[in-house]
Amino acid sequence: MYKNKTAIVGIGQTEFSKKLDPSELELACEAVLAALAEAGIHPSEVDALGSYTMEDTSEAELARTLGFGDLNYFGQVSYGGGAAPGVVGQVALAVASGVAKVGVVWRSRKRSDPRSRVWSQVNARVDDHWKWSRPSGLLRPVDEVAMLMQRYMYEYNVSREQLAQVAISQRRFAHKNPRALMAGREMTLDDYMNARMISEPLCLFDNCLETDGAIAVVIVSADRAKDLPQTPVYIHAYSQGMSQQHQVMSDFHRANPLHHNSNAAASNLWRQSDYGPGDIQAAQIYDAFSPAILFSLEAYGFCKEGEGADFFADNCLTASGGTEGLKLAINTSGGGLSEAYIHGMNIVLEGVRQVRGDSTAQVKGLDNCLITGCDPTPNAAMILSRCS
Amino acid sequence: MIHDIPLPVVDNPIDAVFWQRATGGKLAVQVCSSCDSARFPPRPYCPTCQSSDHQWHIASGAGTIWSYVVPHAPLLPAFGEQLPYVVALVELDDYPDIRLVGAITESLEADIQGIDGSYVAIGDSVSAVFKKMDDETFLLRWLKAVDSI
Repeated sequence: MYKNKTAIVGIGQTEFSKKLDPSELELACEAVLAALAEAGIHPSEVDALGSYTMEDTSEAELARTLGFGDLNYFGQVSYGGGAAPGVVGQVALAVASGVAKVGVVWRSRKRSDPRSRVWSQVNARVDDHWKWSRPSGLLRPVDEVAMLMQRYMYEYNVSREQLAQVAISQRRFAHKNPRALMAGREMTLDDYMNARMISEPLCLFDNCLETDGAIAVVIVSADRAKDLPQTPVYIHAYSQGMSQQHQVMSDFHRANPLHHNSNAAASNLWRQSDYGPGDIQAAQIYDAFSPAILFSLEAYGFCKEGEGADFFADNCLTASGGTEGLKLAINTSGGGLSEAYIHGMNIVLEGVRQVRGDSTAQVKGLDNCLITGCDPTPNAAMILSRCS
Repeated sequence: MIHDIPLPVVDNPIDAVFWQRATGGKLAVQVCSSCDSARFPPRPYCPTCQSSDHQWHIASGAGTIWSYVVPHAPLLPAFGEQLPYVVALVELDDYPDIRLVGAITESLEADIQGIDGSYVAIGDSVSAVFKKMDDETFLLRWLKAVDSI
């Protein structure tokens, strides 16, 4: 069994910034050392590593720089922002099964340079599945998500004013979080409605931030976790998700393109979990683009299809940046839209903080948190728990 | 960063027939010879019955807008020069399981530039036309049907 057999016992991060001078390797080292120090574990004990296929720092480079021991598990997960809970979950599998003892997961990324954006690096000739859309001017991830959101708004009669509540709520949480890039930067409904469009129907504030920074987490067995300094944050359940007939990002050819990979991750996650959607007190939902919040609320079973915007307004919208009275607190650090965008790893950290009880927008009495990966790519989700 | 519009590879054996038919203004659809399921994008096996036998049918080119977007800057330079333009996802009337992406056009001469979001709506009827980019490469555009303008 996997349930509660492993725990996150250390988290580390660099500053989040529009521009950091150190290399991605140096940022990775800073975050990993901080996570290990917090966990009370020496780098020479690390024997498992997990990372994204899009990570530019290799396991070998990190391991020899920081003096890790012999490595017995190292794996990568594909599909960019879908990866985070998948990387953590796979390293936890290695630890839970006894293959390895001390796992580190990291993501280091200098994304603020516009030349680093994947869409700007498209080749003159395209031969993967994007040959069917990019030559038509459907170029960027935001365009691909906007295509689905336009249909969703038509199908379920959802307005831009309703979608705006997602960005506004997360901005309010960010004001409480000194690490957040957008702390103190007010955003009203007027600001949202008057913002420049990026891909209609989506505007600037529906897009995540471009951020430099690195993040790391340390995973050990539940037995070992009990002897370490931090409150153990147990990995209660995890699943990856790739729906049948999925096409990465431009997922337009399924029977119903408004059903996403999250549906596949969700059903297998709940199958393994002692919690159901009604028991979840906080969720950190991957938000490269704001529509993912509404799509995910439906896919993870918090509400019915088409009811995401109403559910959000009634249950998730913070008035002041606090969590009092919310049935489900979402992206309590500000998330990708208003804290930082470290490819979904910063919301993993916020999930850990919520379960430890030291979030800047702490949900009182919380003992679990859902964390999800990118909705329109193959993804993953996990439930963190305070109870073993 | 490239300065021209990115173009598809048109000589990959898996989908070369689509691009060859496009040079003649025809929209080709891959259909399984064993179970008659149409599939898009082209693939070497049928995901319904796992047969590799297939044929290419010519669709009428008539379709209905399922959704659309209006991109704004920042874009690749070649698309930035085309603003405003609209890209639609269209369901084929004679193969309703199949949707294809193409930019909206008023005429092949004018191509995609100058179309804004008010020109289209979900549910509009469109038909497939193909814009010549070079001798082998013709891109699908969606021309709005006269009776829905």
